[in-house]
Amino acid sequence: MASEISQAIAAGILGGGVYALMAAGLTLIFGVLDIINVAQGILVVLGAYLSYVLSVHLHLDLLLGLFITVPAMFVIGIAIYWLFIRPLRGAERTSMTLLACFAVALIIEGVLYWQFGSNYVSLTTWYTTSTVHLFDFYLPDIYLIGFGLAVVAVAALYWILYRTTFGRAVRATMQNQVAARLIGIDVNRVSAVTFGIGTAVTAIGGMVYGAISGGFTPNSGYDLISRLLAIVILAGMGSIGGALVAAVFMTTAEALVDIWQPDWSVVVFYLAMVIILTFRPTGLFGRRAARAQ
Amino acid sequence: MTDRRRWHLPSRGLAAAGVAVLIAVLAVFPLAFTNPTVTNFGVITLIFVAVASAWNIFSGFSGYLSLGHAVFYGTGAYFLVIAAKDWNLDGTTVFWLLPLAGAVAALIAVPLGLVALRVRRHTFVVITIAFFFIAQLSASNLSVTGGSSGALAPIPNFASATYNNPFYYVAMLLAAATVVLSVLVRRSRFGLQLRAIRDDEDRAAGLGVRAMPVKLTALVLSAFITGMAGALWVYFIGQAVPQFVFDPLFDLAVVLMAFFGGLGTIAGPVLGALVLEPTQLYLNLQETNGYTSEILFGALFLLVILFLPRGVLPTAAEYANRDAVRKLALRMSPRRGQAGATDGAGPSAAPAGSEPAGTAR
Repeated sequence: MASEISQAIAAGILGGGVYALMAAGLTLIFGVLDIINVAQGILVVLGAYLSYVLSVHLHLDLLLGLFITVPAMFVIGIAIYWLFIRPLRGAERTSMTLLACFAVALIIEGVLYWQFGSNYVSLTTWYTTSTVHLFDFYLPDIYLIGFGLAVVAVAALYWILYRTTFGRAVRATMQNQVAARLIGIDVNRVSAVTFGIGTAVTAIGGMVYGAISGGFTPNSGYDLISRLLAIVILAGMGSIGGALVAAVFMTTAEALVDIWQPDWSVVVFYLAMVIILTFRPTGLFGRRAARAQ
Repeated sequence: MTDRRRWHLPSRGLAAAGVAVLIAVLAVFPLAFTNPTVTNFGVITLIFVAVASAWNIFSGFSGYLSLGHAVFYGTGAYFLVIAAKDWNLDGTTVFWLLPLAGAVAALIAVPLGLVALRVRRHTFVVITIAFFFIAQLSASNLSVTGGSSGALAPIPNFASATYNNPFYYVAMLLAAATVVLSVLVRRSRFGLQLRAIRDDEDRAAGLGVRAMPVKLTALVLSAFITGMAGALWVYFIGQAVPQFVFDPLFDLAVVLMAFFGGLGTIAGPVLGALVLEPTQLYLNLQETNGYTSEILFGALFLLVILFLPRGVLPTAAEYANRDAVRKLALRMSPRRGQAGATDGAGPSAAPAGSEPAGTAR
């Protein structure tokens, strides 16, 4: 029992790193652009399928493949922004962009079904099957690799945000878009690149997800996006640090409940979210009272 | 702000005549087209007319976009299946369960609304999505719903040649009642309060609108009809399976119908359902693989959002009005200045034709 619990906690924390990365991308996009990218889930699945194609057809190592999939997802993100998000203006922009993202998600899902069918596939290589001995239990290597990747990617995200001129422009845009425009920041460019970065992390997230989830289909996007949304709402929309904490907390809680009630473990996600929102509508680390539109 | 959404039918008499013709056509439709595939389309389409209008009563009028109406649809559906089985009902008596199914869905809407309506706009949308997933998950894990394999609705003993007709007329009744209800809501003080909330909730609250009860009432009303529609649908379809009863595409389809026709208008969601649902059914019939209709559906949605964000009807009315205003202005005063002043001013410039100078706010 004790070992089961400690194993669940370890798997929860390590798996939480990946969700933290995906949620960080989602919340970054929200913070800068005021957009809820509900396509994030299917983009993760798209990233996983890209890794799958590279590893099965080109026999490229999963980790090396990231050098191709990350830039590819970055470009896809910028394309989505320029084609479908940027043209949307006006009072109902937030709702409209959300619907546009949903429509994009549908199209991507349809294309994935068309190309890959509805059979489960998973990413396998030597480090997804080998295990590592931790304390008194074994975990697949990929958990450690995935967690390491997530930590590196989140650190890189923080470095970009807090140590570069571009990051300063991003944070300025997050705080006040009009003022940022006034001091000469090209808000359109910042938004496009932010959307690209928020999407690029799904390449890493998708690779790790595809390897640890034990199989995915184009339909997996719904499961992912619902978890990610629960995480960012619980954390408070727009708070990156909060998203990290919430992601690890949620996946650990889920892994623990999973020991006793496998069927209901996902509900923990939503239940935690509903309870928090009842008492604190801005989420745990929310910055301001749910922007009055 | 409100002017932006106001659009005028050519005249009230013409509109009434149009509605009468539409009702007459719908009433004789299953008698003229007896092909079961066609009447099948008719039933589903009318159900969606009701659902899209019901969605519009809450989301269109209040501005709170719900992507979780499948929760109410599915609740109604499961209620009908379970109740019909427990009480051994079949045939036309099952139709009497519809108001009960609606009431159960409305009951579910109260706690959901109390939690979700505390937050605004986009967070609200996301929470409705989360509720949707909770509902889907519960349906596949609870024993009362029959788990992931689903539950069967009773099979009515209607004559096979006219099997669809009872469903058709019940759906038509439901759709008509919903449209009447949206007209009543829109014209009422309650509807005005809803639209005040949509335009500026804080200001509406400042003017004395008790926002929470108003929003909640609209949601409950909307859930009631959606639950009835879901119950009728499942009785028609014959079985309730979690992933079809709680279908994310359902939520999007309803939203698209309202957006396509014109969000917050009466006729918009009706038009959207009448155009889009048969199209989608037809596509599903032609391309059974599922992804073709999914891709086309997504693409159509993007096109509507990008190029017709206010919907077909308001955009068309705006063009018609603009032309009418221009003609009127030209006829009333041949001087250039006034004709030029109405150019491109849209429907809010309608009075400009009669009062030539200085009407711009």
